[in-house]
Amino acid sequence: MADFKVHQRDGEGVSVIDLKGYLDAHTAPDLENAFQRLMTDRKYNIVVNCKDLSYISSAGLGVFMAFIEDVRKNKGDIKLTNMTPKVYNVFDLLGFPILYEIYKDEQEAISRFRDQKRS
Amino acid sequence: MMSRVQKKLTKTIESRTDNLLQVREFVLGAARAFGFSEEEASKIVLAVDEACTNVIKHAYHYATDRTIQIVVEPNKDRFQVTVIDDGKAFNPSSVKLPDLKQHLTHYRRGGLGIYLMKSLMDKVEYKYSPGKKNEVRLIKYLSPSTSNART
Repeated sequence: MADFKVHQRDGEGVSVIDLKGYLDAHTAPDLENAFQRLMTDRKYNIVVNCKDLSYISSAGLGVFMAFIEDVRKNKGDIKLTNMTPKVYNVFDLLGFPILYEIYKDEQEAISRFRDQKRS
Repeated sequence: MMSRVQKKLTKTIESRTDNLLQVREFVLGAARAFGFSEEEASKIVLAVDEACTNVIKHAYHYATDRTIQIVVEPNKDRFQVTVIDDGKAFNPSSVKLPDLKQHLTHYRRGGLGIYLMKSLMDKVEYKYSPGKKNEVRLIKYLSPSTSNART
């Protein structure tokens, strides 16, 4: 069932993951695989664009939790962008804004990676 | 405040995660018909998804041939969704919910679903006893602030 899609775009030093559809316990393994590939390829500067993400449950949120430690150990980060208010509310309820940088726009997150690289 | 639809509805699914989508659609329709706003209906949908996911994971350990029953019981201003299974008794209230900030900063991913259920609903009740069916009751009340009625 094509109720969830993960698409990866690799830019200069930053990988962008586009999420589309419904991220639940059924589709979370797809995202887990995508992150696993990024880890294998040693790509640790990750932006997750949630523009077309219609739904997220704790199974989806758990995937971000599973990889953030590894990513940060390798001096990278997972930055989240373009969330709809509905999706943001779920992240917010669980206190994710404490732990993750969340931006309105993908470009802001990419710029932040570039700024961090320079400093 | 009186809701619009007071009919009891039941849905039974096999314990597979690909059935979560139809559970969400079932609950969304019932919550809208009851009179909840889109925002409140979405909260109920997510809480029921979390309850069913917990059953698949903890009560059935991902066995796909078991059943989960979802019963929607509207009663006046009270909207109750009961998730019933006959798997391993699991009492989510026994799961300690530590300080959320501490939980997150230690990168723990378990327990998030139970925390969400409690945050999204007005009341969460558990009925379980070994050898019998387990029930999780998710309750939300319709009020002017949670209703989709135009003023």
